[in-house]
Amino acid sequence: MSSERQYIDLYSEYREVINEHSAPVMNALREDAFTSFQQLGFPTCKVERYKYTDVDAAFAPNYGVNLKRIGFQVNPYDVFRCGVPNLSTSLFFMVNDQFTDKAVTRPQMPDGVFIGSLCQAAMESPDLINKYYGTLARARKDSINSINTMLAQDGLFIYVPKGVVLDRTIQVVNVLRADMDLMVNRRVLIVLEEGSQAKILFCDHSIDDHEFLTTQVSEVFVGENAHLELYELEETHVRSKRFANMYVDEARNASATIDSITLNNGLTRNRTDVSLSGEYAEINMYGCVVADKEQRVDNNTLIDHKVSNCQSNELYKYVLDDKAVGAFAGRVLVREGAQKTVSQETNANLCATKTARMYSQPMLEIYADDVKCSHGSTVGQLNDAALFYMRQRGIPEEEARLLLKFAFVGEVLDSIKLEALRDRLHFLVEQRFRGELGKCAGCGPNACSTR
Amino acid sequence: MILRENMLEIRDLHASINGKEILKGVSLTVRDGEVHVLMGQNGAGKSTLSNIIVGHPAYEVTQGSITFNGKDLLCMKPEERAHEGIFLSFQQPVEIPGVSMVNFMRSALNAKRKYQGKEPLAASEFLKLVREKRKIVELDNKLANRSVNEGFSGGEKKRNEIFQMAMLEPTLSILDETDSGLDVDALRIVAEGFNKLRTPLSSAIVITHYQRLLDYLKPDAVHVLINGMIVKSGGPQLAIEIEKRGFDWIKEEVGL
Repeated sequence: MSSERQYIDLYSEYREVINEHSAPVMNALREDAFTSFQQLGFPTCKVERYKYTDVDAAFAPNYGVNLKRIGFQVNPYDVFRCGVPNLSTSLFFMVNDQFTDKAVTRPQMPDGVFIGSLCQAAMESPDLINKYYGTLARARKDSINSINTMLAQDGLFIYVPKGVVLDRTIQVVNVLRADMDLMVNRRVLIVLEEGSQAKILFCDHSIDDHEFLTTQVSEVFVGENAHLELYELEETHVRSKRFANMYVDEARNASATIDSITLNNGLTRNRTDVSLSGEYAEINMYGCVVADKEQRVDNNTLIDHKVSNCQSNELYKYVLDDKAVGAFAGRVLVREGAQKTVSQETNANLCATKTARMYSQPMLEIYADDVKCSHGSTVGQLNDAALFYMRQRGIPEEEARLLLKFAFVGEVLDSIKLEALRDRLHFLVEQRFRGELGKCAGCGPNACSTR
Repeated sequence: MILRENMLEIRDLHASINGKEILKGVSLTVRDGEVHVLMGQNGAGKSTLSNIIVGHPAYEVTQGSITFNGKDLLCMKPEERAHEGIFLSFQQPVEIPGVSMVNFMRSALNAKRKYQGKEPLAASEFLKLVREKRKIVELDNKLANRSVNEGFSGGEKKRNEIFQMAMLEPTLSILDETDSGLDVDALRIVAEGFNKLRTPLSSAIVITHYQRLLDYLKPDAVHVLINGMIVKSGGPQLAIEIEKRGFDWIKEEVGL
């Protein structure tokens, strides 16, 4: 145990300040989380689910923490243009962990729909938040959960009541903004009640050239017959470290698509756990990672088939250049009695240089006897025969490599159901491979200088 | 009367792959507008020679030279050789899932135009050109919209090679067993397509085992490659004779 100390001290010294600037429903879980964090500490590489990421090193530096909830003087529209414009989305901004509604004209929403500050919602409707908050994350012993629950004071709450169908995509732009190295603890709660439908797009950006350490815990409830499409697009910078845990629970007949796209980052560790708790629930999980320099991306997933007749489909693709390191560990668990499960898991990876590293670990654990499950993984290089064929036609080697990489991740991008987003992502990924992303996406000049 | 210059000059070419010598002193001159045929048994080095002309990285040239229109070919990258006007119709065209024919062709054509100092072709002009050229080999529009060679039949792949040749307008085309695996109709389409693309100054090296393709192409010269060397050269009649008699009599003649 080494870098835990400063967080234990921080909490011990400032617990009143933290509580004072948050909501009682959130405060109620802090002491438990604190105890658990003290017991767990940060995971070492001996902990199976963290073996590819050095958590301790990421948390060791001294980051500022905005415990007193000082508002950042920032108009997101002035400093930021997201790389996914013209989607005709309902657009919202988060600056660090704070929902900003001052500068934004709030899109019109159907009655009963709530999109806004989690802390505010917890003040106004404590019973509603209390019903969901912490219930999925708490059951797992995980240091990131503990430290986030212990320190998070605010975040985002999305609530879609029974039967409401949101046609427009909800786009939430998470902006990391600071005048010093900063730790952000963000909490996300998404509740889709029975029969509701929503499409949500998160775009993560960092606009200042500082070190950012983000912890994020998301709890996502997809009710009976509800349908969710969730897209997460990370375009931060090499000085950003992200630890994001997402817990999804699907009820009977629910369906969800979760697309996680990492285009630019420093260190990213996504843990995504999906519970298929009701029969006939379905999950489609896609991931696309493009990393170069010394970027690291670690996706760790669990799909838990708790009951019979559910389907899961998982496809993650990585393209690694330079000295980038990727990790994928995907566990599919088919519990006893989860008969008629259909599950498919694929992880395919391209190491475009000799110094890029990929760790791939697909796992299938089956305790039922009438199931159809498959899993597979590949790590390879660009196809030399294809490369030569293209060069013989006059396509310069660099361009040929780019086309092949682009083709490789195309399969994941094509899974995106939102047409405008799919087209935009094709464009962004191509730019990313050309090394042009960041120069024109509208981010602040500081962020660009780190590329 | 056209003044024919030497387009391709191969001098005493020795080459090996993985340390094994395949070509043991090949010399060949192809002048503007000529069609030369390379024949020989499997493993004689025909494909090796064509791969070396287009710059395949697996082969090592240990001795000799190749010049193309007076330029030293061996120090050029494969893509530069393509820009200079050399095209290989692959014996086994490569499938490239996820790369559309349209993107592939546009990248190739615009790279060549850039090399020639020309502006890239506008999208509408490009598509017009695709429509025009695919008619030459009766290539279905559906194929032009798919990934490169993916799910194409053997015959479609070969037609696709000639379609690409039509798009890129090379001055030296190498057909490496383009006729293998084709039925008689497909062979006619491919051969007639090739003939339509010929100009008085464009040349070709044709590797084949069969006379039937040569009936269409009307070659100027036929060379027999045995054991990494050209042991006999002659006119079109030589190919007809090989079709009838095989290679043994040539081996005997040269004492192999």
